[in-house]
Amino acid sequence: MGNEEELNRIIDYSGRDYKHIGTRPVRPDGVDKVTGRANFGADFDMNGMLHGRMVRSPHAHAKIKSINVAKALKLEGVKAVVTGKDFPAIDPSDKIVGEVVVSFYDMSRNVIARDKVYYDGHAVAAVAATSPQIAERAAALIEVEYEVLKPVMNLAEAMKKNAPVLHKGMTTEGVEPAPKKSSNIAKRAQFALGDVEAGFKKAEVIVEGDYSTQTVHQGYIETHACVVSLAADGMATVWSSSQGQFMVRAMCAKLCGMDNSKIKAIPAEIGGGFGGKTVVYLEPVAMMLAKQSGKPVKMVMSRDEVMRATGPTSGGHARCKLGALNDGTLVAGELEMEYEAGAFPGSPVGLGCMTGFAPYNMTDILCTGWDVVVNRPKAAAYRAPGAPVAAFAVESAMDELALKLGMDPLQLRIKNAAIEGTQAPYGVKFGRIGNLENLRAAEEHPHMSVPLGPNQGRGIASGFWFNIGGTSSAEVMINEDGTVIVVTGNPDIGGSRASMALMAAEVLGVDVSRIKPLVADTESVAFSALTGGSRVTFATGKAVIEAAEDAVKDMKRRAAKMWDVELDQVEWENGCAVCIETDKHKPLSIADIAKKSDRTGGAISGKANINAQGAGPAFGTHICDVEIDPETGFVTVLRYTAIQDVGKAIHPSYVEGQMQGGAAQGIGWALNEEYVYSDEGQLLNTGFLDYRVPVCSDLPMINTVVVEVPNPGHPYGVRGVGEVPIVPPLAAVANAVSRAAGVRMGHLPISPPKLLASIDEAK
Amino acid sequence: MADIEFAAPRSVREAVKILAGAKGKAKVLAGGTDLLVQLRAGMVRPGLIVDIKQIPELSTIKKGKKGFEIGAAVPGAVLGANKAVLKAWPGVIEGLELIGSTQIQGRASLGGNLCNGSPAADSIPGMIAADATCKIVGPKGTRSSKVEDIVTGPGKTSLKKDEFVVSITLPERPKKSGDAYLRFIPRTEMDIAVVGAGVSLTLDKKGVCTHARVALGAVAPKPLLVKDGAKALIGTTVDAAALDALAAAASAACNPIDDKRGTIEYRTKVAGVLARRAAVIALERARA
Repeated sequence: MGNEEELNRIIDYSGRDYKHIGTRPVRPDGVDKVTGRANFGADFDMNGMLHGRMVRSPHAHAKIKSINVAKALKLEGVKAVVTGKDFPAIDPSDKIVGEVVVSFYDMSRNVIARDKVYYDGHAVAAVAATSPQIAERAAALIEVEYEVLKPVMNLAEAMKKNAPVLHKGMTTEGVEPAPKKSSNIAKRAQFALGDVEAGFKKAEVIVEGDYSTQTVHQGYIETHACVVSLAADGMATVWSSSQGQFMVRAMCAKLCGMDNSKIKAIPAEIGGGFGGKTVVYLEPVAMMLAKQSGKPVKMVMSRDEVMRATGPTSGGHARCKLGALNDGTLVAGELEMEYEAGAFPGSPVGLGCMTGFAPYNMTDILCTGWDVVVNRPKAAAYRAPGAPVAAFAVESAMDELALKLGMDPLQLRIKNAAIEGTQAPYGVKFGRIGNLENLRAAEEHPHMSVPLGPNQGRGIASGFWFNIGGTSSAEVMINEDGTVIVVTGNPDIGGSRASMALMAAEVLGVDVSRIKPLVADTESVAFSALTGGSRVTFATGKAVIEAAEDAVKDMKRRAAKMWDVELDQVEWENGCAVCIETDKHKPLSIADIAKKSDRTGGAISGKANINAQGAGPAFGTHICDVEIDPETGFVTVLRYTAIQDVGKAIHPSYVEGQMQGGAAQGIGWALNEEYVYSDEGQLLNTGFLDYRVPVCSDLPMINTVVVEVPNPGHPYGVRGVGEVPIVPPLAAVANAVSRAAGVRMGHLPISPPKLLASIDEAK
Repeated sequence: MADIEFAAPRSVREAVKILAGAKGKAKVLAGGTDLLVQLRAGMVRPGLIVDIKQIPELSTIKKGKKGFEIGAAVPGAVLGANKAVLKAWPGVIEGLELIGSTQIQGRASLGGNLCNGSPAADSIPGMIAADATCKIVGPKGTRSSKVEDIVTGPGKTSLKKDEFVVSITLPERPKKSGDAYLRFIPRTEMDIAVVGAGVSLTLDKKGVCTHARVALGAVAPKPLLVKDGAKALIGTTVDAAALDALAAAASAACNPIDDKRGTIEYRTKVAGVLARRAAVIALERARA
């Protein structure tokens, strides 16, 4: 992590009196979004623009024998056709190795196939034409000859000894001795604390269970879309909806063999991403079409394309074993999981291993994860990647343990709660965390005392997410009338403009209505890591605070000059420079200082470029009540309460919105969402009709309890909030249903046919 | 998308002429809530679309001696607001009103839902249970058909390619009668029936069922009239034993498929459950 001093800094947050943060002003981007004025990815057009269209594989697994584009090129109006051959070769060793490996070699092959297609919907070619209709016709004229191979559609098939191998030469990493045989198992990850065997020997009660979840999509409403223009001098501009314009620039540069400086990436408004827009699909292809045609090219995915070729997050299988004393004290835990990576390695199974047991104080644990490739789309990030599946297994097992011990599931969690100083499964000792505070808030919540009727059940589950910091830049510019522009480089995916404006308002001491937050393109603000990892309000917020402090410093200097006093005689109070030396000087507002800025040294701004450390880990506890229809297997979610330590809620409405949104997505994951494939590996539910995210009427009001245990790593105590809320709901729902039905529902989704069959079987 | 011709005739006669003269594949458009989706998805590629909702007769509700004659293109929002129809045939209306969202209800119609030919259509079991008939026109004139004889398989109907449905007649409602439609979907709205069940029944003064019709949707290649279901109810007071027999008959009539929306086993079982529940509601309405 670095910066020890910063990490160990203790900030006393008690008795703080904030004027702006914690209030709920109308969001700066609100009017544009509700009136339709906001420009999303597909809203941008240019003169002379062409329309691009992808040709996608109808096969889940096949060798590409040939691609004939001659007929398509002959069609009038067709200006460019590209295939994998038009893209630069990337070395297989070109990768960023972290908890989740980013391989540019794989990414390039995912964006457009080379020798093989790995999933139904895998892009194999693209055309650009003068109209969408011509592009569609041209796409149909591209002849691809395939040698169809047997697809490997799920974990069990992929791990079989003689399973068809997706990537010849890929062997299992992380296993000693290193295997030589090609395998669909890309990696083994392992995290251990203490001695798990010794732990189980101490156990008086042991529960063991088998759990699984299905592939699910992030389900953002806005489909991927971009326009790319490439001038004759090689300078390109990309307009697209993503979670990071700098990410778009870097990935386009890498995949198209260009320098970063040749690409300007302009962020569009984003209609949802949830992690799924932290990678590129269309932009590099549109770039190559623009290069070949000499014209701007627009590409917009249909929902069908989004479902077949983007996202999703891994389906997983887990075995979880817990050991406890008769009083409920946990003494050992073992978790072994396999995650689908999709077509290329890189599932978040390692993150699952690190997070599953994190809410508990356990000294002897072993977590093993297997990263397995299957003929499904390559997994992309989705809110707390990897954590929900692991939490589903562990929290279901905790519920089983509570039942076996005859103990209240909440008290079992309280008894074992990780607190400050507890060693996390991934090695670090937790600092100040709010896990126990959440559980206490659950204990006191009126939800817990609502009586349950027949066929009803209540489920409890907790969840953890690391949250990250990282590189962020901000500039605070003072306009000549004293209003303020706050410039950052992070697309606003969850109300971050409002949070940035509020934090700047707090430092500057001016009303948020005088502050305009702006998300700038890659050439108007210094580099910022993408919007993800629940980092923006924490890290970019910290940059905004520092940039605002920098601007205040400058304004104090200007005031000192205007008054002709020493700088140390000027303080900043309530949005004004105040002279403490004498009361003959009237305080100067930002507007007063700005008006005379030409006489004190020119325009005023402050900036900060930081690598923010000290992101505060966060926990959540959810309570879910359901009623089941024992004759149809239908589950009604009656009541739902999401409790979360958020550190400090900058704009409480958007914090609550994140908690509700995560819960809603988790409920869908638990009850209905899954990919349905044909026997040959074609995705059958490519739309929202049969890929069932919850509709409004499926959900009750999701109550929220915002717990604030300040994070010492942030000036206002902020922790990331966007990801934690999707971690507990899978088990919260499943535990509620299991208790209502009297049978453990360990395999998601708990769709009506599955629940009815389980009820009937248990009779 | 290739060029498509579009016609919006103002009379039945004109529509018949246009359809009879169509060279390629023609599609009739009432509300268009299915057709437009199918066009966009590339599932149908007609050369001609004939919009029939501009024809006055197709958008009118008439009360005659034989019952209610409902224009094939009358939208759900309009029919649902018709108190007389709602009072007589609440089960038919609740089936129609389950189609799509509020916006879709501004266009979706009984005629369109019927002629789309989906085995899972929400309004068809209710109409079959109601013993509804439709008036069909073509170059050879007018004919009439029972609703249960229209759909012949998924997306297929007994209509000739130059015919279309003008209206649907719901018969006069005997006293002490009630009907109901229930469907099962995995969520609460915006979905397609996994199973649908419509029941209509009539009681005598003593509360004995004298007439009944039972229909199921989404459990066979076409919506089914379940005669054994009706037999189970007729002559009984619709007591628990009769309802059990109804549920068994409904399950026995099923000939479903396994697909992304449900399994054979599940559909068969739930068909019985829904038939029973629909009968209970119809019974309450008949007694009211």
